Amino acid sequence: MSVSANKNMPGFGLITWMGIAFLYVPIIAVVVFSFNAGRLITVWEGFSLDWYAKAFQNPDLQRAALNSMIVAVTATAIGTVVALAAALALHGSGVPRPLKNTSYALMALPLLVPEIVIAVTTMAFLSALNLRLGLGNVLIAHIVFCIPFAYAPIRARIATIPKSMTEAAKDLYADDWQTFRHVTLPLLAPGIFSGALLAFITSLDDFIITLMVAPPGATTLPVEIYNKVKRGITPEINAAASMLLAVSIFIVLLSYVINRKKAD
Amino acid sequence: MGLSRGTTLLLPFLAIMVVFFVLPLCIAVGYSFMAPDPMGGIKHEFSLAGYQRFLYSPDLQGNLHIDTRYLEIIFKSTVLAIFATGLCVLIGFPMAWFMATRPEKQRDFWMILVTIPFWTNLLIRTYAWILILRDTGLVNSMLQEAGLIDEPIKLLYTPFAVGLGLVYSYLPFMILPIYSSLERMDWRQVEAARDLYATRLQTLRHVVLPACIPGILGGVVLVFIPTVGSFLAADMLGGGKQMMLGNLIENQFGMGRNWPFGAAISVILIAGVMIGLMVIARRGQGLKEVVG
Repeated sequence: MSVSANKNMPGFGLITWMGIAFLYVPIIAVVVFSFNAGRLITVWEGFSLDWYAKAFQNPDLQRAALNSMIVAVTATAIGTVVALAAALALHGSGVPRPLKNTSYALMALPLLVPEIVIAVTTMAFLSALNLRLGLGNVLIAHIVFCIPFAYAPIRARIATIPKSMTEAAKDLYADDWQTFRHVTLPLLAPGIFSGALLAFITSLDDFIITLMVAPPGATTLPVEIYNKVKRGITPEINAAASMLLAVSIFIVLLSYVINRKKAD
Repeated sequence: MGLSRGTTLLLPFLAIMVVFFVLPLCIAVGYSFMAPDPMGGIKHEFSLAGYQRFLYSPDLQGNLHIDTRYLEIIFKSTVLAIFATGLCVLIGFPMAWFMATRPEKQRDFWMILVTIPFWTNLLIRTYAWILILRDTGLVNSMLQEAGLIDEPIKLLYTPFAVGLGLVYSYLPFMILPIYSSLERMDWRQVEAARDLYATRLQTLRHVVLPACIPGILGGVVLVFIPTVGSFLAADMLGGGKQMMLGNLIENQFGMGRNWPFGAAISVILIAGVMIGLMVIARRGQGLKEVVG
């Protein structure tokens, strides 16, 4: 018996292919029907880009897409900077142990508390403060869950930087800022970039938290698509959904390419 | 103040998390012990009405009657979440195994295939099933085309659709941690077991399974938490008839609803999740796998 045959389990390959098909058929269906000429969503009547044109001209979708972009970019920027500062602090020795452990718990919690609970507690909190910042309310909620996603790749990267690098810089009379700017930051760049991408995609994908905290007029693209689905399915929805899918997939692939470079 | 530089760098993070994450959770715990305002929101007085609502509901005269509707929803969504998580293990384990045993070059390709749905918009992935399952959807039109059925089968707005949506949404969350523990496993142990005449099943049971327990536990945590509190699957594929915990909570925070009850369900849900996590953390390194 060959060596690799020991690792093969009968049927596992079949399950895997079927599993992959299961994961992709629905996504592909949405994209295919977004190019369908007819109004009937599940009967193919020829190729057309009409629904994309309609989606682009829809003022609700335009506004929601703009909101999504504003929130995702701002939450990513703030979340990544905060996560970077936290990663540097937690990697160093200047923070007392109990505070470190508390911080680790705070990083993990947003991933462990069910999203619906975060959604309603944030909503109740913002309404108790009577905070009416429009898109700002959404932004606050997004920054909170963007931080842990941005943090993970930065922390992974920071662990790989040998102490000798920063020590060498210090020996050559670089001050702390210069050491950070010219040694640590360039070495951390891939981690920061992939953290930012993860934060961005998480913000762009968020639905339930935004649904609960967004005041009228501050809805993002997923919430707007949801509202439209509730009013009745139209081919425009497929077009808008396909564009959102394309952005997500592009970012996943981009993040993968960056990670590849990092490993090489 | 004599804060070290490290602690100063940590302050923005601590401030944001404490104010916008921990404080809202504490307020929700507080709300769960207050009286509901009939107009929505809460009255600032101590009350156990929020917790009473699990078992009793008041009639027009204010008398309490036993009402198990909500307990049933909690029970049903827990059962559905356990079922969906179990199905994810059954599908995810063979997939992770297959991926981990591919030649190294191919593994990246499989990883990307599983990672893309992991990061793809959940709302759209759930919506996609409406196109497939509804009366005029892909499945029904194909079956009708093939002449297998005359009338469309009711697939959408059933418990089946909700379960399917949950497994579909969170399957990648199960595959990835199992894959990562299988990839780190020493496969020579499998060769050794087989050389010593262990059957495939014995090898699976005594060599591979113990090695990937942390991955499976990690996957169970990552799948169970979002499924038990899920909102979208039941909302979009259950059509409001198949309420789950997440929908029940969301419902209570609408206008003129019962905020203290909503807060109480949230408190119970978090308590349940945390107890579960502690049990798992004690049993293995599953948590480490998840949160590092």
